[in-house]
Amino acid sequence: MKEFQAYQDIWVYLETKDGELRNVGLELLNPGRRLADATGEKLVGVLIGDGVAALANTVIAHGADRVIVVDDPAYGWYETERYTSALEELVARHKPSALLIGATNNGRDMGPRLSCRLRTGLTADCTELGLDEETGHVAWTRPAFGGNLMATILCPDTRPQIGTVRPGVFKKRPADPSRKGQILAETLTPAAPMSRLLEVLKKDMREVVDLENAEVIVSGGFGLRAPENFSYIRDLAAVLGGQVGSSRAAVDAGWIPQAHQVGQTGKTVAPKIYIACGISGAIQHLAGMSGSDTIIAINKDPEAPIFDVADYGIVGDLFEVIPALIQELQEYRKRQ
Amino acid sequence: MLNILVCVKQVPDTTVIKIDPVTKTLIRTGVPSIVNPFDAYALEQAVRLKEACGGTVTVVSMGPPQAKEALKECLSKGADRAFLMTDRAVGGSDTLATSYILSCVYRKLGPFDAVFCGKQAIDGDTGQVGPEMAEHLGIPQVTYAVSVEYDGGELKVRREVDDGWDVIGIPTPAIITVNKTDELPRMATLSSALEANRADIEEIHCADVADMDMDRVGLKGSATKVIKTFTPDRTKQGVKLEGKAAGDAAKELVALLADKQLIS
Amino acid sequence: MSTFVLNEDRLTLQKVTREFVQRYVRPVAAEWDEKGETPLELYRLAVQHGFATFAWPKEVGGLGLPFLYQVVITEELSKGDVGIANTLGATSFAGRPVLDSGTDAQKQFIADIILKQGGMGSFALTEPNAGSDASKIRTTAVKSGDEYILNGRKCFITNAPNAQFFVLFAKTAPERGHRGISAFLVERDRPGVSTGKHENKMGFRLATAGDVVLEDVHVPAENLIGVENKGYGLAMKILDYSRIGVAAEAVGVAQRALDLAVEYAKGRTTFGQPIARHQGIAFKLADIEMRIQAARSLAYQAAELADAGAAGFGKISSCAKAFASETAEFATREAVQIFGGYGYMKDYEVEKLFRDAKLLSIFEGTNEIQRVITSSYLLK
Repeated sequence: MKEFQAYQDIWVYLETKDGELRNVGLELLNPGRRLADATGEKLVGVLIGDGVAALANTVIAHGADRVIVVDDPAYGWYETERYTSALEELVARHKPSALLIGATNNGRDMGPRLSCRLRTGLTADCTELGLDEETGHVAWTRPAFGGNLMATILCPDTRPQIGTVRPGVFKKRPADPSRKGQILAETLTPAAPMSRLLEVLKKDMREVVDLENAEVIVSGGFGLRAPENFSYIRDLAAVLGGQVGSSRAAVDAGWIPQAHQVGQTGKTVAPKIYIACGISGAIQHLAGMSGSDTIIAINKDPEAPIFDVADYGIVGDLFEVIPALIQELQEYRKRQ
Repeated sequence: MLNILVCVKQVPDTTVIKIDPVTKTLIRTGVPSIVNPFDAYALEQAVRLKEACGGTVTVVSMGPPQAKEALKECLSKGADRAFLMTDRAVGGSDTLATSYILSCVYRKLGPFDAVFCGKQAIDGDTGQVGPEMAEHLGIPQVTYAVSVEYDGGELKVRREVDDGWDVIGIPTPAIITVNKTDELPRMATLSSALEANRADIEEIHCADVADMDMDRVGLKGSATKVIKTFTPDRTKQGVKLEGKAAGDAAKELVALLADKQLIS
Repeated sequence: MSTFVLNEDRLTLQKVTREFVQRYVRPVAAEWDEKGETPLELYRLAVQHGFATFAWPKEVGGLGLPFLYQVVITEELSKGDVGIANTLGATSFAGRPVLDSGTDAQKQFIADIILKQGGMGSFALTEPNAGSDASKIRTTAVKSGDEYILNGRKCFITNAPNAQFFVLFAKTAPERGHRGISAFLVERDRPGVSTGKHENKMGFRLATAGDVVLEDVHVPAENLIGVENKGYGLAMKILDYSRIGVAAEAVGVAQRALDLAVEYAKGRTTFGQPIARHQGIAFKLADIEMRIQAARSLAYQAAELADAGAAGFGKISSCAKAFASETAEFATREAVQIFGGYGYMKDYEVEKLFRDAKLLSIFEGTNEIQRVITSSYLLK
């Protein structure tokens, strides 16, 4: 085994958006903390952006020992080259042992660009993190083959070890405002960008689907039989104050936009309550929702695999069960 | 005019893969090989651009000889020519090595104005080869594209972000990885499919590529090592309400949820 | 070339057709079955993808595929919807007499209608009193200068409501029985041509059928197909060939019914186990499978004999048509049975397949006629 004495500390890259921390970075401080405690290293948060310095304390409160801050208007918009070069430079200066990046679109844009530049290994879209007992390397575990298979991957010969980690998989540690940590402001020369932002198009906020942060998700699948029947799902979601999700089958059939898709090629979610209606429970769907606290399944087929992961299951026709459930929930509220 | 390279991967159709209930391993026999669905979207975008601005679409795949099937399918769906990078030496390549090899192929077959890839392959699901290839080549990238236009000077790419889209301008050559788009990949016609069967697909071997650093390909060139694979076990012992009228089942479920204080 | 092991091209055609069916046919089939009309947009899409003209020669824009290949494509299309398969097949077969015996101008005319305009053709032989015995048709074509004047009524004509041209059979010498029949290319927009309302059928509801009424229709002599009074032979030759198409359609319907039944039997549980584990159901599946295999083999055999131009292929095509259509009836009936009460509901595709299957043993020569043909070969 090679010696990597020069490489120390576990880094978590904290993605920001419009000057706000994204949840995933705070989530990663949790497994990051565990790794750092296990190896006796420091947990370091890395903040890059415009007007982000004030966020450093939040990062410490969620578990970091140190925060490296690059606060510069040049980093107002995520530009691949500029951000990649920034992290490249920070890595060169501080030599971390491992770097965790949220597997958001931007994280998965930058991760491979950075790892390739550093000629090191990157493991994408991890759902479990640990240490390999034998070697002490970070053991990155991730789903493959549509969630049918899990693979544990090491980066044995190069440093830093880099992984992108799925949002929604780990829970944030509760904030501890009394935690103390060190804040290190870094100044970089921003790299020349390779691309330019021409326009920002916002989705109609009513159409924004925030599955990752939803506490309740009601999902519909092929059992709905027709796109208009998503009204059943929307009605139930409305009663529970939840978001609407879907299986891949319903998305592929063109019944609902892909933004609603939960599963291996969609979103990974971990709400408090996940209700799967007319979803058989293909592995690729389970890969995206089995971390939910409570899973409820409604399906006509008693043998549907979704029941294997469900805490509560109703075998029945969703077109009857959902309206009954809505009525029952409303009555329950009246009684309260 | 745009000369576009599209990188495609032949993958097992992961939606039909099953787990052997006894051995807990993947049952891969009888699982059809398909063109990675995201690559099919990438090809469609490339072909549409070619139709709009003129030029050519070249497809390349890396894999065993049977990956030619996937390339033929691409030819039947609008690609003009196809190449297969195939060599024992490339076996076991991780994304770092794969992207290096493909960047060598790009240099051999190029110049190109753009490279299109799917946002990820449905077997590995890494989404790394595109950006890493861009890094090897030192050219810009845009990932998660849902539409691409070309105005003669730069590529205008609509990139998916969480709350909308960034419209990004990039000079050519560039690498674009494509998500599912509104435009479904076209279907082959009976005639284009038969024609593609007659096509000659040229094989490229490592020796055909000048200056390929053999230390950077295959297992040797890979920075990551898979040490363990296993099938996830997610089964729970839940409460199943069966054979009840919808109203009764709903009542029972609400009571159970209320009991656990899951609803208020 | 092996008949039974599909080569690369046949596998490719199968795959392309499956994809087409999956994307375009299956999602709309139930809706149009309910409406009882041909989805013209789907039809045109199918034409663009080559599904109306794969049997036509390359010179007119077809693919010139042998019958053996046509069977593969037709089976797959029919697994999506046999009505749309038949609509396309009827267009293809309507063109056949023109392609075999017509003039270059006639060939160009129909090729333009189909391939450039996405139009439809129709083969008009049957009349109210001349079904199985086609020689008894009463439609007349009287020569008058350099024109023919047509009068009469055709019925149950596939594609009639939507066709842009008819290949229509009429008596030019009524006293000479089947030796007095001629074939004409009749454009839909010719004055005097009208089509009645289309029939409200039990199945095949994506294929339309209806009357074609001819009232003093003046047709130029150059619209005569082939030689005067030689039309009957043209018609019979087409029917020999079209039976292979019906056999392929029947195999498709049967196979789809089996596929659905197998899937259902594996998923549906009674008495604590999937019904497929009950031997009563498993044997049903095996019985369907055996017959489908035999039917497909017969269809392939007929196709191969037709491709080879072998004498006596007419017997095998009759055997194939009758056996395959009865297999489709059997398979769909048993599939509905396996689905139980659900199979009787319109929400389930087997209900439609059951209705679709019935026509296969009636049209293109009833199965009784097929037995007449088959036995006549034996009793020569």
